Formats: sequence, C-alpha cells, structure tokens
Amino acid sequence: MPATSSSVGSGAAGAAVFADSDSRKYRYFDPRGKRATHYEDVTVDVQPDPERYLIQDWIISFPNGEGAYVKNATEAQSSNWHAFRAPDQEWERTHYQRQSKIESLIQGVIANARKFGVPKTFDKTWAKILQTHLGAWKHAEFGLGTSLMQAQRYGYTQMINNATLTNSSYKLRLSQDITLYLAEIGLEIDGWNDDLGKQTWLDDPIWQGTREMIESIMGSEDYLEQYFATNIVFEPLIGELFRSSFMIQVAAANGDSITPPVISAAEADYERNLANTIDLFHLLVTDEEHAAANKKLFKGWLDKFSALAEKAANGLQPIWSQPHSKPVSFSDAQARAAERFAKITGELGL
Amino acid sequence: MANTLTLNKITSQRGISVGEAAKKIADLGWNPSYVQEAMTYPTDYVIKKTPKDPMKQVLRSYFPMEEEKDNRVYGALDAALRGDMFRNVEPRWIEWMKLFLAIIPFPEISAARSMAMVARLTPGEELRTGFTMQMVDEFRHSTIQMNLKKWYMENYIDPAGFDITEEAFGKCYATTIGRQFGEGFLTGDAITAASIYLTIVAETAFTNTLFVAMPSEAARNGDYALPTVFLSVQSDESRHIGNGHSMLMSMLKEPENHQLLERDMKYAFWQNHAIVDAAIGTFIEYGTTNRDKEKESYAEMWHRWIFEDYYRTYMLPLEKYGVKIHHDDVHEAWKRITEKMYVHTVAQFFAVGWPVNFWRIEAQTDKDFEWFEHKYPGWYAKFGDFWKWYEKLSYPGQKVVTFNEEVGYVYPHRCWSCLVPCLIREDMVVDEIDGKLHTFAHENDRWTAVEAFADEYQGRPTPAMGRFSGKREWETLYHGVDLADAIVDLNFVRSDGKTLIPQPHLRFDDKDMWTLDDVRGHTLLSPLTILREMSDEDREAHLADYRAGFTINPCN
Repeated sequence: MPATSSSVGSGAAGAAVFADSDSRKYRYFDPRGKRATHYEDVTVDVQPDPERYLIQDWIISFPNGEGAYVKNATEAQSSNWHAFRAPDQEWERTHYQRQSKIESLIQGVIANARKFGVPKTFDKTWAKILQTHLGAWKHAEFGLGTSLMQAQRYGYTQMINNATLTNSSYKLRLSQDITLYLAEIGLEIDGWNDDLGKQTWLDDPIWQGTREMIESIMGSEDYLEQYFATNIVFEPLIGELFRSSFMIQVAAANGDSITPPVISAAEADYERNLANTIDLFHLLVTDEEHAAANKKLFKGWLDKFSALAEKAANGLQPIWSQPHSKPVSFSDAQARAAERFAKITGELGL
Repeated sequence: MANTLTLNKITSQRGISVGEAAKKIADLGWNPSYVQEAMTYPTDYVIKKTPKDPMKQVLRSYFPMEEEKDNRVYGALDAALRGDMFRNVEPRWIEWMKLFLAIIPFPEISAARSMAMVARLTPGEELRTGFTMQMVDEFRHSTIQMNLKKWYMENYIDPAGFDITEEAFGKCYATTIGRQFGEGFLTGDAITAASIYLTIVAETAFTNTLFVAMPSEAARNGDYALPTVFLSVQSDESRHIGNGHSMLMSMLKEPENHQLLERDMKYAFWQNHAIVDAAIGTFIEYGTTNRDKEKESYAEMWHRWIFEDYYRTYMLPLEKYGVKIHHDDVHEAWKRITEKMYVHTVAQFFAVGWPVNFWRIEAQTDKDFEWFEHKYPGWYAKFGDFWKWYEKLSYPGQKVVTFNEEVGYVYPHRCWSCLVPCLIREDMVVDEIDGKLHTFAHENDRWTAVEAFADEYQGRPTPAMGRFSGKREWETLYHGVDLADAIVDLNFVRSDGKTLIPQPHLRFDDKDMWTLDDVRGHTLLSPLTILREMSDEDREAHLADYRAGFTINPCN
C-alpha cells in the first residue's frame, strides 16, 4: 500500500528532492575524526548542557539550587567537557556482544573442566587459596563496580557517564563470574567452604589494606577521583598484581587450568577501561586553561591512593608464599606492577 | 520406553539453583568499616527493611538474553530495509517520531543515572543486582533509541529535524515537556525521583501506553521498526516494575513514610498523566492515517492499561497498608481524556505552534473527522473548523495560523508544573511562589508546584525535596522577538538558510515549503510576562476571559 499521507506516494529516502532531503548526518556536534562514528551518533549530547543547547536551563533543581548535572561534582576542571570520546566506542550493542561472549566463554570453560573432573585435580593448598583469596577478591571487584555505578550519575557529559557505566558493568560482571565459578567448582571439591572468601575479606589481616583502599574509593564524593583511583592506581598496583601476577600465572603450576581463562577476561576489560581513563585524564592534564590545577589535583589523588595501594600490596605479599608451586615471586610481580604504574602515570605526565 | 537415552542425560551437570546463585551474589556486599559510603543524594524517606529481588536474575544469564534480544531487533531493522519499508511508511507518523525520539533517550539515560541514587539508599545488597541490571538496561534503551532515530534519518524521505535531534531537544517548546519528565527521574528527593516517579508510576503504569500502545499504531502506519525496538525495550520493563514494587513494600513498612508516599503517588500519577498522555495520546491519535473504527482509541487504551490494570490492581491495594489513594485524581484524569478532550487540545496546540517545531504536522481531513467524532462524540463541533483552518493556512503566503486572528484560537498560558499549557481553559488556576505569580493547568498542578515541591509538606520538614527551577516558561525566552528571528536562533532552518524545518503539510516539494520570509513580521509574546505586568483588575478580567475559553470561527 503506498504511503497515503505523502505527496509523492512514498516515505522513502530519495523519493523526492527538496531542501535538506539529503541531510542524513547528525549536524549538531563536531565528530572527533573526519566522520562521526556510530558511537558518537548514539551518545553525544543525549545528556544536555545549559552551555550548549539547553536554553531553558535545568528545570528541576536540588534544594541547594543545583540542577541535574553540575561541573563541580568533581574538583577537576575542563575548558570543554564535551571533548571526551571513549576510545572503546562502546554503546549498547557492542557492550552486550562483548559481555555475552565473555559469559559464554567462561561458562563453556567451567562446564568442560567440570565434565573432565579438573577441579578434583587441583592441588589441595591451591583449592584453599581459591576459597580464601579469590573468594575475597570478588568483593574487591564488587566494591569497584558499585563505586563506579555511583560515579556514572555525576559526569558532566554522556560520554563520561557511559564510559563509567560500562566500566561498572564489567566490574560487576566479574564479581558475579568469580562468585558463580567458585560455587560451581565447589560442587566438585570435598570440604569446599564458599563462605571463606567473605570471612577472609572482612577479617584476614592480609586483605585489610585492600579493603581499606576499596572502601576509600567507594567513600569518595568526587566521581572522577573514583574513576582515577580505580583505573590509574588500583588496577595496575593491585588488580593486575593479584589477578595476573598471582592468579593467572600461579594457577597452572598448581594443577588449575580453569581459573586463568575465568579471570583473564578482566585483563581485557581493564585494557579498554584504562584506554578510556587515560584519554579522559590526558584531556584534563593538557587542558588549555586548567592543566596545572588538574595536575596538582591528580598528583594529590595519586599520593593518597598510591599510599593506600602500597599498604594493600604489602598486605597481600604472604599470598605468594602459600601455594606449593611458586612460579612467580612477589617481588617480581610487584616490580612489574610498579613498571606498569610508572608507564600509565608517565603517559599523563604525573 | 523405560530407558530412553537423551542428550540431556549425557551432558547435564549438577549446578547451583537460581535462588542460591542470587543469594550468593547478594552476599557480595558488606558494611564498610574503614570509610563509609557517602550519602550524596538524600531522601526524606526512611528505608529500613531490606527489599527482596523478585527477579533473581544474574548477569551471567542477563547478558546473553539481552544480546539475543538485540540480534532480533537489528535483524528486523535489516529486514525492514530489504522489504522496502519506507516506501510504504506513512510520513504523517514518522514526522511525529522526530519529536518522540528527540525526547525519549534522555529520560531513559536519566533512569540509568538514577539507579545510582536509589541503589545507595537501599539497605542490603539483594536488590542492588536488580538496580545494576536496570542501569545497563536503560543504557541499552537510550542508545538503541538513538540508533533507531539515526536509522530513520538515513532512510526516511525528509531527514530534516532528525538531523538536529539533540539540539532540538534542548531548545523546543514541546520537548521541554519531555525534559520535565526526564529530569523528574534524577533530581530532588532520591526516592521520590528514582523510585516513585520513575519505577512505581512511570514504568509500572505509563510504559504500557508508551511502549505497547504506540508500537501498535506504528505498525498500522507501515512502521514495523518502532514496534521491534520498543517491544524489546518493554520486555526489560517487567524487571524494573519488580524493582519498584519491592522498594514500595519496604517503604510501606515504615509508617512515617506514608505521608510522603501519598504526596508522591499523587504528584507522580498526575504529572505522568499530564505529560505522557499529552505526548503519546497525540502521537497515537494524530500521527496515524488508520481510521479503523474497530480499533481502540487512546482513551479506550488508557482505560484498559491505566484505569483497570494500574489503578485497580496496583494502586487500590495500597489502601490496605494504610496509604490514602487519590481516587479523585484518577477519575479526573479520565474525565480530562474523555469529556474535556485533553489529548485533542494538545494536538491543536502543537499544530498552532508548528513554525517553532522541528517536525511536520499535516492537517486532519474528513476521514479523520469521522473517526474522531465516532470515538470522541462532540469532537467535530470543537475541533473540526480548526483543522479546516489549519489546512487552508498550510500554503506559503497565508498568514501563519499561530498569529491569524481570523481563526479565533487564543494562545495558551503555560503550566508551571507539567509544562503542558493550560489547555483545558476552565481548569486554569494561578498562585504565587516566592512572591511571583505562576499559571497552572489544574489545581493538581498548582498543588504539585506550590505544596509538594517545597521544603515543608503539611507541617513536616522535607529538606530533600526538589524545586522547580530554570526558565520554565519557554515563551519567556522569545518575548518580543520576531518569529523568523526566533526560528533562526533555534536553528530550525534547513541548510539552505531559508527553508523552515517545520512545515504544516506533507508536500515534499520546495515550491510548497515555507521559508523565513513567510513567517517574518509576527512577534512572539510570553503570556506569563504579560499577565504579571497587568493591574490586578485587568488580570482578573483576563483570567475570567481565559477560563471562558474561545471559539474557533467557521472556516469556509
């Protein structure tokens, strides 16, 4: 049936030529590159700004008179908050594709390993390490996930908030993946205690430094401080240290071929989140008006959180001595973390 | 057969139950002892009872489920193009999508942001998993809707209006109504906004008209992309409704919450009605070319979804918990939709405002008149001549309907609360806030702005409650400005620098299209500014006139 309400009997592009009948690109923002990416098209300016197009200003305010989004939700300053584009270019479809693929991979690995009785072949001490330390670690990931969930409320643009939201989603997924992984392999191992992880997280002196750091991040009222502390400080100094330089590298030597693929998705998650974070903070430390003030602020955050990270890492040190097979020493792992941290902070001139 | 061999028996593994998985995940949280989480978004509610997560879903099953839903949506969009959907789609319908899809991604992403507020205030960790999924869902909805809009822009006959969509969202006098809706989700008292206004009223009641009724009408107009996207969106809403209900049960547990709950249910219901019914009612009733008398009108659907489903089965049972339900408001909303022709006055207003729209509106015709009269008896007497005038004045060179005294339309005052104008003239009220006069569409709107959004409610301090702010009356921005200059300032001009993006017709030919020259010479005025400048006596006379209404002159 032809389109009855159209003067040319069609509603299709090209059915008539008139002013702007070929205007088929969003023309209200400047793309970062030559052409707007799909990510930019579905992201930019969805969160409005009174300094751009919101001519009536925010029309509901908090009791203190502030509108829905304010620049002073962080101490950092920018001459153009809208410049940031997340390098991972994530929007809903790519996010679900990636998360879903990871879930399928992890479930496949766990199911196959269980089918062939792999958990039963774990070194007994290693099995205990999984219950206690990997069990404790899942709470750290959860803490970061909830902290970033909070942070995604405050950013001044849609690009910042969506990058924070996907970061939160990755962290919360990992915390749940570890939880369910441990519960499932626990079905195969006699004497498994699934509650040990939380007890360890709450009470074991080894983990108190890490818990203090996570709670400090969760307690911050500055959303960019939360994002900075997570990806610039915690992840290289503690996250990669524990996940990669302990769990992934030590597991195989102790008969565990399952944990590395379950955990390794987190390393790829972090690469993406790190790229987003570096890009955002790079803009801020090179800002034409506020670079110096931002650098000073970030150095303060760096001092605060690297001190907490040092305390946390030193607290974790005894874990490296616990497995029967010790292919990696804590000092080597920490040196690698320090090198990585130096590279990241070097990128930002901090 | 006793010993049937099945693949399942070979491959099945003992697993953990859904309930057990949900329980373990709920145990991921803990009470911090080194540093407390900051309570950055306060509420006047007290929530002590840990809400339950009714859905008990975990991310492991959530992500693949959503990916599968996405695959269906994007597959359907590809199929629509292969099937040449746009050749048959009705421009009358797609034009309204320029307005609808400019608005809706913002409320969606606001809902994502508001999950942070409500999750922080909720005791226990169980429902936080539900809030997490809702946060990611809303991110899905916002970007999938932006994608749909881009898809329309790329494939529909007239992309103008889609191409400035988020700029238009920030500037248009009509999208301001949608901003009131979206900002309501994330500003002010965190529970009022993120729980009552968003999940307990907007999502539980009004998404049915938004995401179920509207897609049906889209399909009737040859648009099967919108139903694919929005029914997929709606399939996520059941989880959000579950989150809202669970929170509601926790709120009810504390008697000191009841007074606030009564306030917020009244505010949220009335404002959702005022905003959602204005917009969605107009899209459905005026964006369609389908005049099948057997199909339900918006009013009939409203009765089914809102009156029967929501009011009778969701709101009414709250009375057994001791919460007063405002029955009269629900009945009044119904009366406005039927007897007082609310939706039709809104459509008329949008048509009068066409030069400052960023989409086209074409005139209603005889075929439409017959359907409207059948579904809304008395419609023709009230609106028939107006739409005849609108058609007559749709040609460049005519005096624009907005300023044409021959028509008899009186430009309305804007409601300070819902931001839809005071279109049911006899119900308009005025009141002062901080010594300044404001206009309201209904007593309930006055109550919302003056009594509910205040630092005290019925003698009780409500320090967390939000305030109405900003330049709420859009007309104030262009008071005394020539219409053509206002359109240039809004950037609602095509890239040739003269042809208007909005047009009062669907004639896709340059010779029929209005330009800046066709609308120049008319001065926009703010009714509120003028009202405030009047003497008391003149103001009383003006208000009496306004409430008496207007008559559209016969159009021959």
